[in-house]
Amino acid sequence: MTAAPPGIHEPPGSRGRAFLQNLISFARALRATGIGVTPSQVADAVLALSWVGVEDRDDVFRSMRAVLVTRREDLVLFETVFNRFWRHPEDATARGRRRPPAPRDRRPPGRFTIATYLAFKDSAALEERDVADRAGTYSGEERLRRRRFADMTPEELEATRRLLARMRWAASLRVTRRRVRDPRGPEIDLRRVLRHAVRLGAMPARVPRRRRSEKQRPVVLLADVSGSMERYSRLVLQFFHAMVRSLGDVETFVFGTRLTRITPQLRLRNVDRALEEASGEVVDWAGGTRIGSCLGNFNRHWARRVLRRGAIVVVISDGCDRGDPEELGRQMRHLQHRCHRLVWLNPHLGHAEYAPRVAGMRVALPFVDDFLPVDDVQSLVAFSDALARLGRSGSRMGARYAASPWRGRSAAPSGGARLSGLTQETIP
Amino acid sequence: MFASIDDTRSALAQEGYFADAGLATSLFLALRMQKALFLEGEPGVGKTEVARVLARILDTPLIRLQCYEGLDVTQAVYEWNYPRQLIEIQAHGSGHGEVEDIFSERFLLRRPLLQAVDRSHERAPVLLIDELDRADEEFESFLLELLADFQITIPELGTFRAEHAPVAVITSNRTREIHDALKRRCIYHWIDYPTSERELEIVLAKVPEAAQGLATQVVAFVQRLRHEELYKLPGVAESLDWTRALTHLATERLDADTVDRTLGLLLKYQDDVDLVRGRRAAEILAEVATP
Repeated sequence: MTAAPPGIHEPPGSRGRAFLQNLISFARALRATGIGVTPSQVADAVLALSWVGVEDRDDVFRSMRAVLVTRREDLVLFETVFNRFWRHPEDATARGRRRPPAPRDRRPPGRFTIATYLAFKDSAALEERDVADRAGTYSGEERLRRRRFADMTPEELEATRRLLARMRWAASLRVTRRRVRDPRGPEIDLRRVLRHAVRLGAMPARVPRRRRSEKQRPVVLLADVSGSMERYSRLVLQFFHAMVRSLGDVETFVFGTRLTRITPQLRLRNVDRALEEASGEVVDWAGGTRIGSCLGNFNRHWARRVLRRGAIVVVISDGCDRGDPEELGRQMRHLQHRCHRLVWLNPHLGHAEYAPRVAGMRVALPFVDDFLPVDDVQSLVAFSDALARLGRSGSRMGARYAASPWRGRSAAPSGGARLSGLTQETIP
Repeated sequence: MFASIDDTRSALAQEGYFADAGLATSLFLALRMQKALFLEGEPGVGKTEVARVLARILDTPLIRLQCYEGLDVTQAVYEWNYPRQLIEIQAHGSGHGEVEDIFSERFLLRRPLLQAVDRSHERAPVLLIDELDRADEEFESFLLELLADFQITIPELGTFRAEHAPVAVITSNRTREIHDALKRRCIYHWIDYPTSERELEIVLAKVPEAAQGLATQVVAFVQRLRHEELYKLPGVAESLDWTRALTHLATERLDADTVDRTLGLLLKYQDDVDLVRGRRAAEILAEVATP
C-alpha cells in the first residue's frame, strides 16, 4: 500500500480539527455522488477510527465503509470516492470542483431521442395553452378517451398524458398475517377478552373479535420501449409515474434490448422531472427487442427481490420480438410461476381483426393470465378497475371481446386453453 | 471482547469461520461501538453463522428471532398465557377471595426480543434477528426503537431494560430493501461470495473427510458456476452440502456422470439444473480439470 494519505497520518486527537474538517468534506463528497450520509454517521466514523486507528489505510477504508455505507449498490462508488478523496488532499479543500455532479442536477444526456418527445418539447408553449383550454371541457376529454393511441397526434398524446396523471390506481388486496380489530371478525381476541374480564371482576363477559388485515398487492410493471412501441413510450412513463405515485408497492422496469429499472427516478413528485430522469436512465430507447433475454435478466436479478407477497406482474408490449422464442417461452413460464397474476397489455389488441400473429406474442400467450388491450384511455380505465379487483372473485379479467369466460389458473392446462375462443382459433 | 481487528479475525477462524478483513473490521467495530451488525448477502454465504460463532466465542447464549411475514409483537416480544389466565380466573374468580393479578410476570410468555433485554443474563447475549427482509415494515420501525435503547414497555407491567445490551446481529437476504434509517444505526456489511482460496479453506475445515483434490475441484466448479446465467447461484452452503454428498458417494475426482447425478445439491431450480446438466456441466468440468 502506498503511503497513508495526509490528513489521516495523525490520530484525531492531535490535529483533530483539521482531520474532522477533512472527514466532513469527505462526507460532503459522498453526498454529492448520491450516497446519503447523515451527521450522526460522520460522528460514528470518528468514533470508529478512534478504535481502529488511522495508521493503516485499508483499515481506515473498511471502517469508514462499515459505518458510512448502507447499501450494496453504493460500495463501488464509495471506494471510488474514498480513493480520490484521501489520495489527493487538495481535493478536500477545493470544494467539489472535481466531484461529479449530483444525480439530481444532472441533465439527461440527450438519449431520449424519441421523435414524439422532441415534438412535445418543440411545441411545449403552444400546446400548454391548447391543453389548458380543452382539458376541462367534457367533449374534448370524451373524444380523447375514445380515440386510439395509434391515431393520436402528438398534441393529443400529450393531452392524454395529462389525463393519465389525474388517474388514481389501486391494486387488489391480499390477506396478510397481521390482525386487526373487527367486531364481526372470525377470531376471538383473547388478550382483550381477558383484559375486560379483569375489569369486570374476572367475568369474561365481552368477547372482542379480530380478523386478518388486508393489504394491496405489490405491482411490478415491465414495459417495452423498443422501436415498435416507440410512440407509446412517453405515455407509458406517465402511466408508470401515476402508478408509482398512487400505489405504495410498485416496481417499474422498461426494456428493449436490455432491462432498466426506473422506480427510483419515478418517485420524484414532479412529473416532468421524473420522466426526464427516468428517460435519462434508459440507454436503448426505440431500439431492437429481445423480450426473452430481458425477462431472463429480470427473473435472475430482480424476481426474488420484487416478486414477493403475491405480486401482480404487468407486461406492456406488442410482442414483436427479435430474440430467441424458446428463451422467451422459458422466461415467461418462470415468471408466471412466481407471481400471483401475469397480465399482458397489448396496444394492438383493441383492433377488431387483431390476432396474435407475431411470433413473440404467440410464444408468450400460453403463460399470460390476463391478456388485455391498451389502445385508448377507455381501455386503461378498464384495466385500472380490473387491477383493483384482480383475483378476488377467482375469475379472470375479461378481455373485452372474450367469447368464453377464462378458466382459473389451477384448472387450466399449461397450453393455450385459457385463451378466449377467438384467439385460440388463430393460433395454429 | 476482541483487542484488534486481527484478533477478531483469528478468533473467528479458530471457531471455523473464515472471515475476510472487511467482515472482521465490521464485527470489531460493532462490538466496540455497541451497535448492531447488519449483514446482507445472497443466501448461503454464512450470515447466520456469524451470530452462532460469535455466541460461541463470547460464551454467551444465542437468542434467535426468525422473521416471517406478519411477525408481530405476540411472536417477537411477549404474549400473555391465556389458558393459564383463564384457569386462574376459574379457580379463584367464581368463589371467594381475590383473583391474583393475571397480568403479572407469572402469566407472561417471553418471546426472543423480551428474552434479550431480560435482566437474568450474566453477560450480554447475542441477539440474532434472522432474515429481517421477510418481516413487514411495521416490525422494522419497532426494531429501530428497540435498538436505540434496548427497553421494552409492557402496558400492564412496566418497562424492561437490558442490563447488558445484547450484541445484535441482523441478517437480510435482500428480498426487499430495508429502510435506511435502520441501516444507518447499524454497522453495515455486505458479505460477498468468498474467493476461491477462502472457499477452499472453508470446505476443507468444514468437511475434513473430503480429499484435498476433490475439495479443490468442487470449489473451482462452484466458482465457475457462479458466472453462469442462473436464477439462483450456489452459495457456500451448497458447496459444503455438495462436498459432503460427494464424500458419501466415495468420489475422489469429479466426473461428468457424478456431477449430473448430484447437481440437485448445488442448483435449487429445475430450470437451472436443466441448463447446466449434460453438455454445459461437462464443459465446465473440462475447464476445471485443466486449469
